[in-house]
Formats: sequence, structure tokens, C-alpha cells
Amino acid sequence: MNEPPRNADPMPSLPVLTRRTAVKGACATLGAAAFVGAVSPLRKVAEELTPAEFFQQHYQELSDEDKRQVFARLEAQTKEEYGAEVSIADDRPIPGTKFVYAINLSLCNGNGKCVEACHHENNHDRATNQSYIRVLEMPKGTMDMAQGNMTYSETVPAEGKFYLPVQCQQCDNPPCVHACPVQATWKEEDGIVVVDYNWCIGCRYCEAACPYHARRFNWKKAEIPADEVNPDQSYLSNRIRPAGVVEKCTYCLHRTRRGRLPACLEACPTGARVFGNILDPDSEIRWLLKNKRVFILKEQLGTEPAFFYFFDE
Amino acid sequence: MHMVMSIRRRAIRIFWILGGLLLILAVRIRGGSGGAQADGGILVAQTGVISTSGSDNRAGRRVVADEPRDRFPVTIRRPSGTPLIELKQPDPLGRVGRVTCSTCHSIRAPILQKRSPADLTQFHQAMPLEHGELACYACHNPENSDTLRLADGSVVEYADVMNLCAQCHGFKAQDYARGLHGGMTGFWDLSRGGRVRNNCIDCHDPHVPQYPKMQPTFKPRDRFLAPPAHGDRHPSHDTNAREVDLE
Repeated sequence: MNEPPRNADPMPSLPVLTRRTAVKGACATLGAAAFVGAVSPLRKVAEELTPAEFFQQHYQELSDEDKRQVFARLEAQTKEEYGAEVSIADDRPIPGTKFVYAINLSLCNGNGKCVEACHHENNHDRATNQSYIRVLEMPKGTMDMAQGNMTYSETVPAEGKFYLPVQCQQCDNPPCVHACPVQATWKEEDGIVVVDYNWCIGCRYCEAACPYHARRFNWKKAEIPADEVNPDQSYLSNRIRPAGVVEKCTYCLHRTRRGRLPACLEACPTGARVFGNILDPDSEIRWLLKNKRVFILKEQLGTEPAFFYFFDE
Repeated sequence: MHMVMSIRRRAIRIFWILGGLLLILAVRIRGGSGGAQADGGILVAQTGVISTSGSDNRAGRRVVADEPRDRFPVTIRRPSGTPLIELKQPDPLGRVGRVTCSTCHSIRAPILQKRSPADLTQFHQAMPLEHGELACYACHNPENSDTLRLADGSVVEYADVMNLCAQCHGFKAQDYARGLHGGMTGFWDLSRGGRVRNNCIDCHDPHVPQYPKMQPTFKPRDRFLAPPAHGDRHPSHDTNAREVDLE
């Protein structure tokens, strides 16, 4: 008689696993796992990055004191990772200069000494022979760069060919700068397009935007023997760049902003290269632009290069 | 009960949002950036760019060029003087060494009819000469073999050989004088340092002046530049291969 009704609702003595609880639990576990997965790179980063590196500001926001600390840190890093004593300077544009380059294609014979000089001057990776310059072997009669061959190895100059060295054209309307989503690359007063290699996020938009294939992505950390590291470095130029960022020719600003000629020009055995300040009316480059029939690459794109080519024979 | 549930939901929502933010942060750091504050950083960079390009002082640009200034010298490399010829073997008295042109030519009369080394029956026969239609005495001075001479007969010292070249190669000499030929090392800005420039004969052998052929020795190696593998379906940028394809 006192038997409780069957469908009465007694207080359960054990927690009942309903479907809702099970789903909640599963989701919570998944969420926790995702969270752990998401933060796990932080642990690795925490090992590799010092707080100073992590919170370093954009180059243009650095005070002189910030720069001093950043450069000292980078010098110490180079010492630790490469065993080389280097000095990293902060070379700023010389007031009243706008750098312009020109190449005489009648003289260039494609020997590639400029490519090699760039490789050594700018502390490129030895394993890949990286360089900011590519020399295209072109069939005579076209300026279509797609017909250029970069892997030629025969004695030069070959019959029926001319040689077109291509590097950053330091455009006055630079597509790479417009493409950068974080403004890690910009054009300075003397015309040089530079990259803050510590601000670059490595998205490679600029590399895709450049019609001259002038930008390179650092797939891995550069390998350079200690005695081959060029110790004469500049923050925006030839210091050893970290892996995962895009790098480019700066007209050797660590040399040219100290008045020296670019390394590729000094290395050219045919004397095909001419460099100078277009704002100086007495400069070589100014006379050249007035008196030679110069042209620019891919003029139709409106990039306005500060890099000219000419034939004079 | 309802209150408790909504607080829990809110807590879970906040948990997810925090997780998402951390994920974004982690991805950004992994991407190789040195900067942590993604959004704030972009803003900072923007203002930086604007201030830099805006502060350009155009009026100040020309001042440097107009300023009188001390200029460092441009040094043109020169031959040291009369060429010295290494003796192939000791002379009858057993002497070895180097002699000037006049050592022999002062006791031998010049034969102006002999135009090239191929015409000679003694000495210099194997010397290559591929310089237009020039004869030996177009440049060498028959009266004084230790000097050169211009077409008008005026004497040019060996050290001044560039003047001799310039009498025919005027446009090249002009380009050279303007800094467009011959290459250089040193400073583009002569107010900061000097420059060293080549002499004509540093690069051009006066007897065979055509610039020699060269062998390219340095090639970048990355995955785009590797020579096409055997049987590669894409002949890439090799124009010869492309022509073959079209046929």
C-alpha cells in the first residue's frame, strides 16, 4: 500500500548522464583541447623571443634610445648565432639626394659578378646563393621578360642574346608598398624602398605585387660562415634578416648613404652600371638621362622606376 | 536557476572569445612578426609613414648640390710607363731581366711597309692583332719606340695611352669622361671620398680590344631557378625549348 507510485520523481541518488550533459562535456573538452593547441606556440615563442623583441615597435616609431637598444640586441644575437662581430648602423637618407641607377645593356655581358657581389655584400644565405639581382638572358628583339632565361651557363655573351640584370627598381609608385597590410615597407626620402625586417609578418603580398620579382622570401635562417659575414651593416639594409620575412635590394643604403657606390656597381667588370644622385645637376646619372635614350621596364604598369636601361651601340 | 544558467553561458562565451583572441595572437606570432599589438601596431605604422613622407623638405634638396665643397680626387689608373718585356731566356752574357722596346728597336730601322705581325719574319710574329685595319705604326712611334704617337705625329707617352685611344674612340672617351664607361670604385659622392677608375687598357688589350668572353660562375640556387629536370613538362623560360615546343 505504501509502495510509491512508479512514475513518481524521486531524488536521484546518482547523477544521471543526460545527452545534454554529455554534449556539454564533450564540447568543453574539445574547447579546452583547442585552447591548449592554440596557446602552445606561445610556449615556443616565449623561449625564442625576449620581451624586448616581442614588444619592439615599428622602426619609424623607435626613439634614438630604442634604436640603440634594438641594434645592440641584434648585434649580440648575430654574435651568438653566427659568431661574428658586426656593427649595425642607422643610415638615414642624405638630404638632397634621390638615388637613380642605370645599366648600359650594350656593355653588360651577363657574367653575373654583380649577382655575386650582392650575395656577399648583403649577407645572403650561402646554401641558396641568394642575391637581390637576377640576370636574364634575353633573345634579341624583345623586351618580354617572360622570355628571359635565368639559368644560362654558357660562355657569355652568347650569339643573338642580350643580358638584362633586374633588381629592385625603387619605384616612385611602388606596388609592393601599397600591398603591404602592416606598412612594414615604405619609401624613404632618397627614393629607397625599405623594409623593417622586424615588423614584416611574412605574408608575401609585396612579393606577389612586385612586377620585377625583386623581393625574396626568407624560407629559412641564412647560413653564413662567421668569417664571411659582412660586419658593416645597417638596420634597414644588409643586417642578417630573420627567417619568415621578405627582403629586398636597398641600393646598398649602408654604403650609398655614406657616399659610397653600391657593391654591384663596383663589381661590374664591364662598367655597365651607373649610379648617382639625380638631384645633383652635375652628376653622371643626370648627364646620362639627358643624353642617352633610356627606357624603363614594364613602363605600362605605371610603377615609375628609379632604374633605367639603355643601349648605345 | 535561470540566472545561474545565463551566468554560465556568459562565462562560456567569454572563454571562447578569449580562446579565439589568443589563437589570433599565436598565429600572428608564428607568422614571424616582431610586433605583438596587431591592430595598435598598424595604426602606429600608418602615422609613422605619413609623418615621414610629409616632412620632406623639397626646398632643402638642391642646396647640397649648389654648395661649394671640397671634392675628393678621382684617380685614373695609369700604366707605369714604357712597357718592359721579360726576356724569354738569358742573353749570350747570361743576363736575365726585362728590357724596354728601345733596347732592340734603337738598333733596328723601322719598316713601315710591314703592317701586322703576320708580315714579320723575325720577332712578334705570334702576337695577335685584331684591331680594325690598324698597322703597328698607326699607334707605335717609329722614331722613338718607347713612346706612342697620334695620327698627326704628336708623341704620346705610354702612361697617357688613353689620349691615343680617344683620337678614334671619341664617343667612348666622352662617355668615360662623364663616368658612363669603364666602371669605378669608391664614392658616388665626391664630397665624402675619392674614386678610382680604370684605364682603357685595364679592360681592353690594345692589340685585341674586344672585351673578352666570360664564363658566368655564380648562380643563385632556389627552387625556381633549378635547371629543368629531365622530362620536365614545363620548359620554363628557356626560349630554345619554347621554340621546339611550337614546332
